[in-house]
Amino acid sequence: MNSTNAALQFELDQQSFWKGLSAFDWVWAVIVLLGTGYAYTTYASLMDDYEKGILVSTGAGLIALGWHWKEIRGLSLAIFLLSIFGISRYVNGLEDAEVDFFLRFLVSSQSAIMWMSALYVLATVTYFISFFSRSEFAGKVASAMTWSATTMGFVGLMVRWRESYLIGLDVGHIPVSNLYEVFILFSIITALLYLFYERRYQTRMLGGFVLLVISAAVAFLLWYAFDRDAADIQLLVPALKSYWMKIHVPANFVGYGAFALAAMVATAYLIRAKAEQRNSTGVAMTLPPLDILDDLMYKSIALGFAFFTLATILGALWAAEAWGGYWSWDPKETWALIVWLNYAAWLHMRLTKGWRGNPMAIWAIVGLFVTLFAFLGVNMFLSGLHSYGEL
Amino acid sequence: MNNQSSSIERTPLKTSALLLKFLGSMNLAITLLVALSVSSIIGTVLQQNQPYTDYIIKFGPFWFEVFKQIGLYDVYSSSWFLFILFFLVLSTSTCIYRNAPNMLREMREYRQTIQLKTLENYSNSHTWELSQSTTDAKHVAESLFKHNGFSSRLKEGDSNTLVAGMKGGGSRLGYLLTHLAIVFICIGGLIDGNAILKAREMLGQIVPETRNIPASEVPKISHLGLNNLSFRGSVSVPEGSRTDVLFINYKDGYLVQGLPFSVEVKDFRIEHYDSGQPKSFESDLLIHDDRLEKPLEQTISVNYPLIYDGYSIYQASFSDGGSELEFLTWPLKGVNEESKKIKIRVGDDLPMTLFNESWILEMSNFRLFNINPSDDPSKKFKNDGPSVQFKMRNKTGEAKEFVNYMVPVERDGAYYYLSGVRSSPAEEFRYLYIPMDDAGSINRFMKYLHALNDKEVLQKIAAKQNFSGSSLPSNDAAKLNEAMIRLAGLFAENGMEGVIKQVEESVPQDKREEVTELYVRVLQQMLGAVYVEVLMDEGVDVSLGVDEGKAAFFDAASAAIGAIGRYGSPVYFQLSSFVHKQASGLQIAKAPGKNLVYPGCAMLILGVFLMFYAPQQRLWVWLEPTDDGVKFVLAGHAIRNKMDFEQQYEKIQAQFDRVLTS
Ligand code: HEM
Repeated sequence: MNSTNAALQFELDQQSFWKGLSAFDWVWAVIVLLGTGYAYTTYASLMDDYEKGILVSTGAGLIALGWHWKEIRGLSLAIFLLSIFGISRYVNGLEDAEVDFFLRFLVSSQSAIMWMSALYVLATVTYFISFFSRSEFAGKVASAMTWSATTMGFVGLMVRWRESYLIGLDVGHIPVSNLYEVFILFSIITALLYLFYERRYQTRMLGGFVLLVISAAVAFLLWYAFDRDAADIQLLVPALKSYWMKIHVPANFVGYGAFALAAMVATAYLIRAKAEQRNSTGVAMTLPPLDILDDLMYKSIALGFAFFTLATILGALWAAEAWGGYWSWDPKETWALIVWLNYAAWLHMRLTKGWRGNPMAIWAIVGLFVTLFAFLGVNMFLSGLHSYGEL
Repeated sequence: MNNQSSSIERTPLKTSALLLKFLGSMNLAITLLVALSVSSIIGTVLQQNQPYTDYIIKFGPFWFEVFKQIGLYDVYSSSWFLFILFFLVLSTSTCIYRNAPNMLREMREYRQTIQLKTLENYSNSHTWELSQSTTDAKHVAESLFKHNGFSSRLKEGDSNTLVAGMKGGGSRLGYLLTHLAIVFICIGGLIDGNAILKAREMLGQIVPETRNIPASEVPKISHLGLNNLSFRGSVSVPEGSRTDVLFINYKDGYLVQGLPFSVEVKDFRIEHYDSGQPKSFESDLLIHDDRLEKPLEQTISVNYPLIYDGYSIYQASFSDGGSELEFLTWPLKGVNEESKKIKIRVGDDLPMTLFNESWILEMSNFRLFNINPSDDPSKKFKNDGPSVQFKMRNKTGEAKEFVNYMVPVERDGAYYYLSGVRSSPAEEFRYLYIPMDDAGSINRFMKYLHALNDKEVLQKIAAKQNFSGSSLPSNDAAKLNEAMIRLAGLFAENGMEGVIKQVEESVPQDKREEVTELYVRVLQQMLGAVYVEVLMDEGVDVSLGVDEGKAAFFDAASAAIGAIGRYGSPVYFQLSSFVHKQASGLQIAKAPGKNLVYPGCAMLILGVFLMFYAPQQRLWVWLEPTDDGVKFVLAGHAIRNKMDFEQQYEKIQAQFDRVLTS
């Protein structure tokens, strides 16, 4: 009896969340608190209540995120240090990007984004090498590359944010306002979502598939930057000057990223299903088991759906302010609705009809094409009120 | 008889149950979702609410009529689209009606009636035979449930004790919120859409107006009163004026909506970035309302509307509000060099007689700035200054549209008066480049043009020229002069085309090339001579030839004159001064449906996140005393995210194992 009680007490003490935190967890919390506190005391006089609220909740969110997902700490610190470094190299103005060594080759937004692009492509190749050679080590290298690419992508955006203010105080804006910027956002969000699941489910063999979408995005990004000169920081048209943009766009891209992830997991699913059918023992069988893939597919679609819902609603609220109506059946809005309905149908089929397997995987891949059309096709082929990013 | 009556009684019950089942079925729901998607796609592929004439051109009269009947030009308010939405609402409501009681019960219930067999059959289940007392085991179960975030209920049976635990009841609430939200949003959307207008139109209560006439002249049947529940319309208000109506685009016309107050635009402003692109549009508004003690003053801008009395007033666009313009009209024909002054307002028409023909000048727009992509790589944009847009309609009713820039525009180092022309709005403007002279004016070009039209001047110049040495077909000087004058006249009238046509009509094929070449050479010489004459007239010393700039002017001017034949207006309108007056484009909306839609949105977000991230999980501990202790059965079950739950369950089971077997 006593031993049971002691064991119970031990168990209750052991596993309590707060007690489970390590010294590193607390160091992390202190660092973030200090940073947030510093930012608050320095800039509070320039901020309105919303902005203060956002700053404080960002700090709190970052602490919690770092506790639940340890790698985020390294990522955040790296982004922070590199971004601060990059920003501090700008002394005389934007022209420094041409003369300063570090800016030119590492941390100006252009260079950082080139690094990001190169690293993502390399990571894709390395993931596939690891897949085909069944090399654990290559897989680890590929993961490290993906982490680095993501870091550089974030640094690119951060420094770009600052650069926009160097052009002019009235020009400065968060870099989520045109197609070039959101492609970067798409790449890093998709990569982060994948990295999260990679650690959770030990699914490194999936990496190549997911990174394939990111590489495609990078290819588009580079084409867009070089062929269309899209990399320049653009001035915001009046309709884009809104608080809603800052949350609507990132929420949307969590959605797009998750849908892309789901589609690539679905691809892996189909490959593995085929291999199982043939009783193959080839590399396809090193992919995670079907039920894990199925679960992963569901989870990313659920995540995507939740954020896409949020984003669409934020978009409607924004439209209500900018265009005078929360819903105008503008092609972009309408396609967002189509994407949303499509995934709603997918979720229902799975949950209430119990559909599983190949049809759902194929549907998830089709879903990506529908999403892609909503994201790019609408801007290319249909005219409407959404003005950002014409091709 | 008895039988019959009972079956009669049962039939309606059966049909309603069937109906309920059908409406609440997943198949119907999915079908509706897909149908909604497909119809939405149609609406994005075919541009909606364009002028009907565009559709006629696109589809031809037959298909135009067919598509119009199906409602393809306004899919989202067509009756079949509303029908789908209506069914979606109905289906979702039925679904809630059928599931809600269950869900609510599930949310609160701890499933304490569960049998041991069921527990043992769950895939997440484990049994221990223990020596501890039931009380201790119960305590362990309750403590560890709580520790893992499960709330629990205890049920003491005759021969057993059941601890039933539950977590994440929120997902059921999430289902309710999500699906109720759909109903809210659809109903709100239907209220704010124009379904009501459509119904009133079908009943013949309203008829859209298609003519372009002032609001005061629009007949009553196209007016909507204050009782109109929801609408979204727009109105353009010139600075210093006010309005108490607005216009709702409807089908191929519009409706006039009255307001219970009037809106005055005191001032409209566009702010610009350094590069010249617009940074913000804002209007200073005054709301005049008898219910107010003094007018309400408020500035609105894009993204910052004014909400007043349930009406939202948005900055939507801007246009010209009747700017006063002054032109110099330069005749492009004849020898009259005098330019005439005219005055006109934007939006007005001015009938005029030119060279004995009647024309109507329709002044459509004035723009203070023209921000265009810059050729200069260091700057992205340049400002090409003010421009006017207008139509010249001839007596047959045909019109060409023009856009004239006020200040000369640079191209490759030289400056030009730019005038664009097109025959229909679908075309791009083709530009006439009239070179600016050294004094920065248009005078030299006009003098040159008029000299070319002046037979006397031409004759004088032709006489001065000595062509006898050249290899013309005839040596007859008088004939030659005449040919030259005719050539110059042809050129002034129809450009190079006129000359070529002349050759084609009068010269046999095999000689054409030779003759054309000759004509061009002669023409060039003639034009040059006329130009030099014009320069001398101006007082320029040409004894040492002309400088590069003047030579370039000659080329440009000759090219421009060559294009005048196709220009389409007998005069060139040079904008000489203006008083800019803008109009602010306001959009005014009343959307009471948003009182349903916005809460619906909040419910939807909350519901979706709850549904995904607070999945319901259950744990049970079944305790049954045995001879030397207790039988301890732990079991867990979740209907969603089973894989996650399995992992979690394993952890919990290990905890139990460590405690119980210590
Ligand atoms: C536009 C309309 C609808 C949307 C956006 C929607 C959305 C959703 C979502 C996101 C889920 C959660 C799926 C999951 O967790 O994987 C769900 C579940 C469900 N939906 Fe819908 N739904 C809609 C219409 C309907 C209709 C018309 C029905 C009735 C037939 C219905 C019945 C259900 C049921 C029974 C569930 C399962 C709930 C549970 O077991 O927790 N839904 N819905």
